Amino acid sequence: MDEALLRGLTPGVLGILVRRGADFAAAEDAVQDALLEAVRVWPDDPPRDPKGWLVTVAWRRFLDATRADTARRRREDRLDEEPPPGPAPALDDTLRLYFLCAHPSLTPSSAVALTLRAVGGLTTRQIARAYLVPEATMAQRISRAKRTVAGVRFDRPGDVATVLRVLYLVFNEGYSGDVDLAAEAVRLTRQLADAIDHPEVAGLLALMLLHHARRAARTAPDGALVPLAEQDRGRWDTRAIGEGIAVLQAALARDRLGEFQAQAAIAALHADAPTAEETDWVQIVEWYDELVRLTGSPVVRLNRAVAVGEADGPRAGLRALAALDDTLPRHTAVAAYLHERDGDLATAARLYAEAAHHAPDLAERDHLTRQAARLNARLRR
Amino acid sequence: MAKYLLLKHYRGAPAPANDVPMDRWTPQEISAHVQYMHDFAARLEKSGEFVDAQGLAPEGTWVRYDGEGRPPVTDGPFAETKDLIAGWMVIDVDSHERAVELAGELSAAPGAGGEPIHEWLELRPFLAAPPTITD
Repeated sequence: MDEALLRGLTPGVLGILVRRGADFAAAEDAVQDALLEAVRVWPDDPPRDPKGWLVTVAWRRFLDATRADTARRRREDRLDEEPPPGPAPALDDTLRLYFLCAHPSLTPSSAVALTLRAVGGLTTRQIARAYLVPEATMAQRISRAKRTVAGVRFDRPGDVATVLRVLYLVFNEGYSGDVDLAAEAVRLTRQLADAIDHPEVAGLLALMLLHHARRAARTAPDGALVPLAEQDRGRWDTRAIGEGIAVLQAALARDRLGEFQAQAAIAALHADAPTAEETDWVQIVEWYDELVRLTGSPVVRLNRAVAVGEADGPRAGLRALAALDDTLPRHTAVAAYLHERDGDLATAARLYAEAAHHAPDLAERDHLTRQAARLNARLRR
Repeated sequence: MAKYLLLKHYRGAPAPANDVPMDRWTPQEISAHVQYMHDFAARLEKSGEFVDAQGLAPEGTWVRYDGEGRPPVTDGPFAETKDLIAGWMVIDVDSHERAVELAGELSAAPGAGGEPIHEWLELRPFLAAPPTITD
């Protein structure tokens, strides 16, 4: 059984229950029950109409759970009258769910958890494992999130930007446990792009596809990070790159530039270069200029300094860097890199060791320590 | 079964035999060290003795309550703090002897020159829940 296909039906089924008048929290529980039932029953007895099956089972579960004598008779009458679900309204239901689960009243961690469960169809246990927290903690986070959005009217359009931020967070978490969060984020963003015509949704999808394409090349067999310039480009996923570029070009043609499209454009320029040396750094700097204009983000300015170092030489990169706050995350690592390019190995080695000291994760710390070690070994010769 | 914490220190432990900072190793020596740590954890997972392993950033903040209606006071990090924890591994083993044996293996991780670091690790038993049968 294709679990992704099953989970792809989740938001549509949930949307139908809510449209029939079920409250969101109870409907969401009922859909989870129906999904678990499907995993158990379908391998031996696959339904002809998977979505109809899920709606029927989830609706029964909902009725069972909310059974109260008089109300029950009324709801069961309604069940008998219910026409079979048609395919047409599915997209609108899906879209409404994305908006609800990324509602601005939710904290980022709550919005992420609720989106993965209600839109993604993951179980609480899978989400807990992916984020390395106890299952009971994740269950509480999800039920609090459901209570928070309980009063939200389900028929108003939401804010696409908040949805995109949630999906971006999921993608950046990578993968741990038995769920590949990056792949799940791509799936959810693709589903969103099918439901709404919006250039930034397409931009985020393109950005994810282009970065996901490099995944196999990004780590060495021993788990060490491999920087972009040293990656074996033969291991990049050309199909994902092709799709990402096509999605991006269609979005850019709409002439409504946003930060995800600009980030995807930079990723596309890297993907386009057959070798690191052939990278079009001049164009990349231009895109960073656009990004600075769009976001004003200091992190973007830092990445721009690296690109300037490649386009106009390390001295120019160091000048761009000098204008930035040196307490920015990765500032020291960028300085180390530019000093090495400039031939000052002793300074670079010292800065790499310092950057390792402040590294936010183990893989990066090991990587930066290796860079320092590599230069120190050369200096000893 | 009893749980033990294996503590690794940035500072505060006696100096190891092979005391060379990591950025003075060769990149190959670093890779060998990282591989050893991965293999060690993987072996404990297979034997059913692994519980958790985490690394900590070298710098943190001291925080304390500062009275009703006030934000907490923060301070530090203090350079004079003697003891600085780098990370831990939690194991669940049958005996204290087994815990000592595993800590010894972890301390044999290779460092400069590919030789064991002989790093001192602190082994601390968990205070467990009381047993059901007490007499």
